[in-house]
Amino acid sequence: MSRAHNPLWRFRGLAGGTALTVAFLYLPIVLLVWLSFNENKIATLWTGFSLRWYGTVFDNPNILRATQNSLLVALVATAISTTLATLAALAMTGPRVRGHGLINALFGLPLLVPEIVTAVASLLFFLAIGIELGLLSVMIAHVVFCIPFAYLPIRARLSDMDPRLLEAAADLYASPVQAFWRVTLPLIMPGILSGAMLAFIVSLDDFVITFFVAGPGATTLPVYIFGMVRMGITPEVNALASLLLLASIACVALSWWIGRMGRAKS
Amino acid sequence: MPTNRPWKPNHRRLALLAPAVLMLVAFMLLPMGLVGLMSWLEPDPYGGVHWGEWTTDSYVRFLFDRDLEDQWVLNTDYLQIFARSFGLALIAVVITLLVGLPAALYIALQDEKRRNLLLLLITIPFWVNLLVRTYAWMLLLRNGGLVEQGLNQLGAGLEGINILYTPWAVAVGLVYAYLPFMVLPIYSSLEKMDWRLMEAAFDLGANRWQAFRRVVVPLAMPGIAAGCLLVFIPALGTYYIPELLGGGKQMMIGSLIQSQFGSARNWPFGAALAFALLGMVLLGMWLYARRYQRSATT
Repeated sequence: MSRAHNPLWRFRGLAGGTALTVAFLYLPIVLLVWLSFNENKIATLWTGFSLRWYGTVFDNPNILRATQNSLLVALVATAISTTLATLAALAMTGPRVRGHGLINALFGLPLLVPEIVTAVASLLFFLAIGIELGLLSVMIAHVVFCIPFAYLPIRARLSDMDPRLLEAAADLYASPVQAFWRVTLPLIMPGILSGAMLAFIVSLDDFVITFFVAGPGATTLPVYIFGMVRMGITPEVNALASLLLLASIACVALSWWIGRMGRAKS
Repeated sequence: MPTNRPWKPNHRRLALLAPAVLMLVAFMLLPMGLVGLMSWLEPDPYGGVHWGEWTTDSYVRFLFDRDLEDQWVLNTDYLQIFARSFGLALIAVVITLLVGLPAALYIALQDEKRRNLLLLLITIPFWVNLLVRTYAWMLLLRNGGLVEQGLNQLGAGLEGINILYTPWAVAVGLVYAYLPFMVLPIYSSLEKMDWRLMEAAFDLGANRWQAFRRVVVPLAMPGIAAGCLLVFIPALGTYYIPELLGGGKQMMIGSLIQSQFGSARNWPFGAALAFALLGMVLLGMWLYARRYQRSATT
C-alpha cells in the first residue's frame, strides 16, 4: 500500500516546506562551490569563470603539507580503529556477556561527549603522561573517536547475519578459523568497508579535537582552513573548501554504494 | 539465539574486546577523569596546575571573581556566557523542530523510493565538513552577501545591515549545522507508525490539525525528544560556529573553555567548565533514557 497516494494522509504545505528545507541545506554549499570558480579577488562578486584559485591552492606548500598530514592521520586512524572495531563487534555478537550494556555505553561515549570536552581532556591527558603534541597525539585521539563510527555498521551487519551459516560451515568440517575467513568475514565485509569509510571521513573532517592536540608541526587541513578563515574570506579558501567538500561527498557516495551492493547481494 | 557456537569460548571474546576497550578506557575515560580531578586544583599562572593544592575556586569562579583585595565579588560575565549558550542552543532546538518535524512527516509519507532519495538528500550535507559549511554561511551573511542582497530585493531597504558577527548569525549557523539531527530521529519514529490511526482519528471526528496534534505528535515523541537532545548538546558545546559567525564577540561555553587553555591560562577553570558541560550532557541523556529507553525496548 503506497502511503503517498492516500489523500487522507496528506498535509497541506508539507511538500513546499520540505523543498525549502532541502534548498536551505544546499544553498551555502552550492554558493561556495560557485564562488570558488570566480576569477575576481573580492570573493562575493561574480565577474567570470576561472580556475586560478585552484592553481594557488595547489601551489601553496603549507596546504600540501596539511593535506599530507590529514591523509596520513586519516589512513592510520581508519586502519587501527576499523581493526579494533571489527574485533570488538565479533566479540559482542552472540549470547550477552556480563557488562554488555556497559561496553556498549563505552563504545558510544565518543559520540555522546561534546567534542570540546574530549578535546580538553585529551590535551590535558597527553600533557600529563608526557606524549608530545604532534602527529602521534593526533592519531591516538582520532583512533578513539573513529571507533564508534567503524563499530556501528559492522555490528549492524553482524547482527543481520544468519548464525546457522556457521553451524552449516561446522557441519561441513570447517574449523572455526576457516569458518571465520570463508563465511563470516566475506559476509560482514560491506559493513567493515562502510565503517572504514565513515571513520575516514570523520577523521578527515575533524577540527576541534585536532585543533587542541596538534602541535605546531601537525597542522591538518581543517585546522589550516580555520586559521585562514579567521584571517578573512579569500577566494583561495573557497577553492580549498570546495576541494574538501568534494572529498567528503565522494567518500559518502562510495560508502553508500558499498552498503547498497552488500544489501543487494545478501 | 543458538547455544551451539563453536568459535566462542569466553576468554577468546575477552581477547577480541580488549584492544578497543583498553583504547577507549585509556584515552577517553581516564582523560575525562583527569579533567574532573584537575578542576579541583590550584591554577598555575603560566598555564598548568599545582598538584596537591586542592581548592573549589574553579567552581566558585562561575559566579564570583576575586577583586584586587582578594575578596570574592559577584561576577556575572560567565553567567551571561552560559545564558547566551543556553539561549542560542534553545533557539536552535525550537527552529530545527519547527522546520524538521514537517519535513520528517513529509518524508515518512512518501513511498519507499522517494523516501530513500530524500533521506540521502538530507544526510549528504551532514557529511560535508562542518567547518566548510560554516564558512559558506560567512559568504552568505557578510556585508553585501547574498542574504543582504535578497532582503533588499524584497524591498526591506536595509542598506548596509550586518548580519554576520551578530547572535542571529550564530543562530542561523547552529540551525543549519544540526537540522539533520532533528529530522532523522523524528523520521525514524514516524516511519514505523501505523497510518491507519489517522483514519481512525478522522472517523472519530478529528480534523487534520487535531489528528496531527493528538496522534502524530505523541507517536513521534521519542524521535522528537531524541532530536531535541541531539541538537541541544552539540549546539551548547559548539566552538567554532560562534567563533566564525559571531566573530568571537558572541562567546559561548565552548569558546570560553578554549580561551582558558589559550590566552586566559587558567586550566583548572577550563577543566571545571568542561566538566560542568559534560555533567549537563550526561544528565540530559540520563533523563532521556529513563523516559524513553524502556518504552522503546518493550
